[in-house]
Amino acid sequence: MMASPEKIEAAVSALPLGACRRGFRGTLVSVSPVATQGGFDPEELERRLLELGFIEGASVHILHEGPFGRDPIAVRVNDTTVALRRHEAMAILAE
Amino acid sequence: MSSAPAISQPAANQTDPDALRLEVALVGAPNCGKTALFNAMTGATQKVGNYSGVTVERKVGIATTAAGRKFSVIDLPGTHSLRARSPDEEVTRDVLLGQRPGERVPDMILAVADATNLRGALRLVGELKKVGLPIVLILNMIDIARHRGLQIDHEALSDDLGIPVVTATAVRRGGLDALWECVDPMLEAGVEPARKSTWQAPSSHDLRVAMREAERLVNAHVIRPPEPDTVSAKIDRVVLNPVAGPLILLAILFTMFQAVFSWATPFMDAIDAAFTELGVLVSDVIPEGLIQSFLVDGVIAGIGSIIVFLPQILFTFFFILLLEDFGYMARAAFLMDRIMGKAGLNGRAFIPLLSSFACAIPGIMAARVIDNKRDRLTTILVAPLMTCSARIPVYTLIIAAFVPNTKVAGLSLQGLVMFGLYGAGVLSVLVVAFVARYLFSREERNAPLMLDLPDYKLPRARNILLGLYQRAKVFLRRAGTVIFWAMVIIWALSTFPTAPEGATDPAINYSFAAMIGKFIAPVLAPLGFNWQISVALVPGMAAREVAVAGLATVYAVSGDGGLINTIAGQWSLATALSLLAWYIFAPQCISTLAVIRREAGSAKWMWVALIYMFALAYLASLLTYQIAVALGAG
Repeated sequence: MMASPEKIEAAVSALPLGACRRGFRGTLVSVSPVATQGGFDPEELERRLLELGFIEGASVHILHEGPFGRDPIAVRVNDTTVALRRHEAMAILAE
Repeated sequence: MSSAPAISQPAANQTDPDALRLEVALVGAPNCGKTALFNAMTGATQKVGNYSGVTVERKVGIATTAAGRKFSVIDLPGTHSLRARSPDEEVTRDVLLGQRPGERVPDMILAVADATNLRGALRLVGELKKVGLPIVLILNMIDIARHRGLQIDHEALSDDLGIPVVTATAVRRGGLDALWECVDPMLEAGVEPARKSTWQAPSSHDLRVAMREAERLVNAHVIRPPEPDTVSAKIDRVVLNPVAGPLILLAILFTMFQAVFSWATPFMDAIDAAFTELGVLVSDVIPEGLIQSFLVDGVIAGIGSIIVFLPQILFTFFFILLLEDFGYMARAAFLMDRIMGKAGLNGRAFIPLLSSFACAIPGIMAARVIDNKRDRLTTILVAPLMTCSARIPVYTLIIAAFVPNTKVAGLSLQGLVMFGLYGAGVLSVLVVAFVARYLFSREERNAPLMLDLPDYKLPRARNILLGLYQRAKVFLRRAGTVIFWAMVIIWALSTFPTAPEGATDPAINYSFAAMIGKFIAPVLAPLGFNWQISVALVPGMAAREVAVAGLATVYAVSGDGGLINTIAGQWSLATALSLLAWYIFAPQCISTLAVIRREAGSAKWMWVALIYMFALAYLASLLTYQIAVALGAG
């Protein structure tokens, strides 16, 4: 709707959720696991994140950080709260 | 497929759920109140067992509808999807798809949804519809949803989904009325035959589509309150606060310990007294001799020494069930995840390890909540290192004999030593888990922690009581079987061959147990154990606390006071410390080993646990004794 340069800027300003601090509010842009993510293979990680409600367009809000090393994080996704580690949250881009 | 009404079954089969013609499967996510619903539907008709070949609990029961029709209900393990991400979830998928040998295919699915959180459940329903069985969707906990101001148009939702949708409150009287009203006519007409399954494991694209569809359904048929529930958010702000959170967790743990160790004592004393009384009674009736010895020393004392832990186990589970029902356990996992993760464990391992303070057996069983296979195995293998209540009698005896009853900085020195022993247990869990990970799976990444932090709910007394009842039943059944036979064998070892005529030493000194004890005594000598200790360790294999009774027998003294004085007079401090170190690690409990074998799915892991724990015990005792002797405590 608005001029396209702003859209481009939005895409550039998207941050991995795993790098965001408590209080961050935003909209989920994409769930796109990088191949180096561990534990699950990237496809499985993507599916699990989707099942928890991390889907493009969802509102995300980091409510809490773990007491040790600020990890894991508790994220409000639409109207549920989910705990996950920053490592996996790096697969989620939000703006 | 059953097309006749279930009411026309022969009366003879009506007490066995597996013999009824119509079987209905309960399917839903964990925490959706499925178990409460199952309890409300089936009451006292439940049969709890295992699926063949796996250690997943199989629960069936008989439901009776409002019109008196009976059908069998199987409570399938909780699952978020049919993708089967853990052994429990595999069972659910395989039973529904008819791929589980020896298990019948259900005739109908009752999908259970937490009415306060519909999105995930609706996605699961999407998958379940593809299985081809008739489905009824139950919106459970509808009272809580209404209380929060959620309005669900279940009729419109039913039209949209194309399946019947009913509301229910499992924990209220009459809470299943709507379900029976829906199911009775279906049974009357005969349940539709199954169609062919079209289910396939969803790809991430399928999941996106399914999530969007669930989102659409929720937006179309659920009116959310203008002001969302903020109570949970407020509680979380305190409970998950980086400073207050860990302190609250610590306070909860402390209260739990108090309960387990002091509130349980009167009950334990009563059980102990009852078994002693029973032993005396039997001694009066049955003449002295082998049969009396078998009944009193073998059966009654053996079973009694296990059942005496029932109060502690029930108190531990009372807290665990309470915290779980309330929704706190997921928060505890969140708070502890980083520390557990450093040791290569999952935040979810916190719950099983916590239960292991009462007894490693329920702890190892609770490890089923961990979906990652490697994490689950590690948790199972380290759980016996947590200081279980069976170590208390041994620790108490040695502390009473060797640690002066004085105060240090206002705290009881004996209490501090006890606390130190607990600390040593926790530390060894973390270190062993860390080393195991370093040795065996260094290159593997940590399994991710991903869990829902559900809204807080007030715990329901009925749920907790039923949970306690089931735990007690499992524990007592085990005490009646595995442990009973272990006790019988150990009694036989300590009794035969019997003492010769005119023997002066206690009878046990002539038995196989003494032969084994004296045989291994040279091996244990570097640890500072004399042959009496070595002999007592043999019956102590049945369960740790039995070693205390073993020592009393070997030294031929009666009563704790006598034993405390005897060992205080005969052992050096170095020997006492060495035995404490031994008990931190030694796998002196046959029933735990049996459970490891069952839960880990192979005897191999039982042997691994046995060997590594004995090795650590030996090493720890050796170091303790030699250092203590070098410092002049020999």
